Amino acid sequence: MSQSAATGLRYAYYPGCSLEATAREYGQSVRAVCSHLGIELAEIPDWSCCGASSGHSTSRQLARTLAGRNLALAEKMEMDIAVACPACYIRLRNAHHEMQSDDRLREELSSVMSLSYQAKHGVRHLLDIIVNEIGLEDLKSKVVKPLKGLKLAAYYGCYLVRPPELVAFDDPENPQCLDDLLNTLGAEARDWSGKVDCCGGSLSLSKREIAGRLVSELAEMAGRAGAEAMVTACPLCHANLEMRQAGVDGKKLPVFYFTELIGLALGIAEARSWLRRHLISPSGLLTSLGL
Amino acid sequence: MQYINKEGRTEIDRRFGEQVKEESGAEIDRCYQCLTCSLGCPSAFAMDYLPHQIVRMVQLGLRQEVLTSSTIWVCADCQACASRCPNEVDLVGMMDFLRETSLREGLAKERAVADFHRIFLGNIERWGRQHELSLIIKLKLKTRDLFSDVPSGIKMLKKGKLKLLPERFKEIKNVRDIFRRAEK
Repeated sequence: MSQSAATGLRYAYYPGCSLEATAREYGQSVRAVCSHLGIELAEIPDWSCCGASSGHSTSRQLARTLAGRNLALAEKMEMDIAVACPACYIRLRNAHHEMQSDDRLREELSSVMSLSYQAKHGVRHLLDIIVNEIGLEDLKSKVVKPLKGLKLAAYYGCYLVRPPELVAFDDPENPQCLDDLLNTLGAEARDWSGKVDCCGGSLSLSKREIAGRLVSELAEMAGRAGAEAMVTACPLCHANLEMRQAGVDGKKLPVFYFTELIGLALGIAEARSWLRRHLISPSGLLTSLGL
Repeated sequence: MQYINKEGRTEIDRRFGEQVKEESGAEIDRCYQCLTCSLGCPSAFAMDYLPHQIVRMVQLGLRQEVLTSSTIWVCADCQACASRCPNEVDLVGMMDFLRETSLREGLAKERAVADFHRIFLGNIERWGRQHELSLIIKLKLKTRDLFSDVPSGIKMLKKGKLKLLPERFKEIKNVRDIFRRAEK
């Protein structure tokens, strides 16, 4: 019997472009952890880019249809969509919201896609699914290697909490679910005030100096709060935090994807191989804690 | 009507505020200049006008100054301003409309950001999905900033974090159709 039959959780999976390249370890850890927890991810066939910030910054119509195309493909599969990247998540949710409330937009998308799109199925982020569908109780029962002694700053960033009328699975100013999840894994989530501050990820390539300043401030703040590493659910934040962090006295904070830490705590064998792809190696920190 | 600013005379476009409201849905009349947006803005330090000032300038019809500002391009799209606005002014929608208009009229001041968006979307139109390596190389060539990220780029290649070739995509016609319709 497959594990998904036990939980009954099946989603149309939208990986997004980053998870196959710069965030490859995120993509690999998402698949391994979901399979371990009994969440079945059926990849949307022929999914395309959601348009990201570049789409809605330059053409709202383009943004809507680029994201909408994937909603329509997922509707054919008759499942809710699971998304790993918060930037894709917010674009898909935004398009879904607009399509639900505007017949004309739905018809337009239906004509582009040569099908009848109804906007029936929702869009969920994997953090939301793991915390609220699997549940922390169930997750705790599966922990075989508690992350004891690991002091972390849970970094939510922008699109998991904003705008609150579109994403509402946690508080927009002081979210807790990722902190709770990390504590469940046996780690120690430090309280800090940078949780929902922006890292400037969308400007990481075009305005390096802005991104560098924001990232370095965040890492410093996390360090002052007693964290030895940061944790994110976003491939853009991860790349930006790794590439643009100035470091304090030559030391930079490693950055984990939340799924990598779940993998470590659940004893998933290949978890170590995901971490080898990081630009800021967390292996010294983990070894020093016997993890 | 004209008014005088530091650089000389500037035109006032009396319909601009109405146009922004209609096209973006942002209720800019509600703004009472409390500065919540600007105080929470992560890019504020790099802006020529702060977000609350842009709202005021749109109300006043300072079209040219708004559309040629750095502000609309160094905005990091973090959405904190609109989420925190006590009067629910949709600054995110407003910024999108301003960027769209600025780009269409060739007024974008921050070329690197505008180039990034163009190259990003050009790749999507061509391949359906983003190919990060070519996005980075094209942007570096376009902005003549070739060497700044070479060490981390090489490290990422070695760690298998950058695909060498874009993926083949079956339904690319469908994506190109979306771009054609948006250009109309």
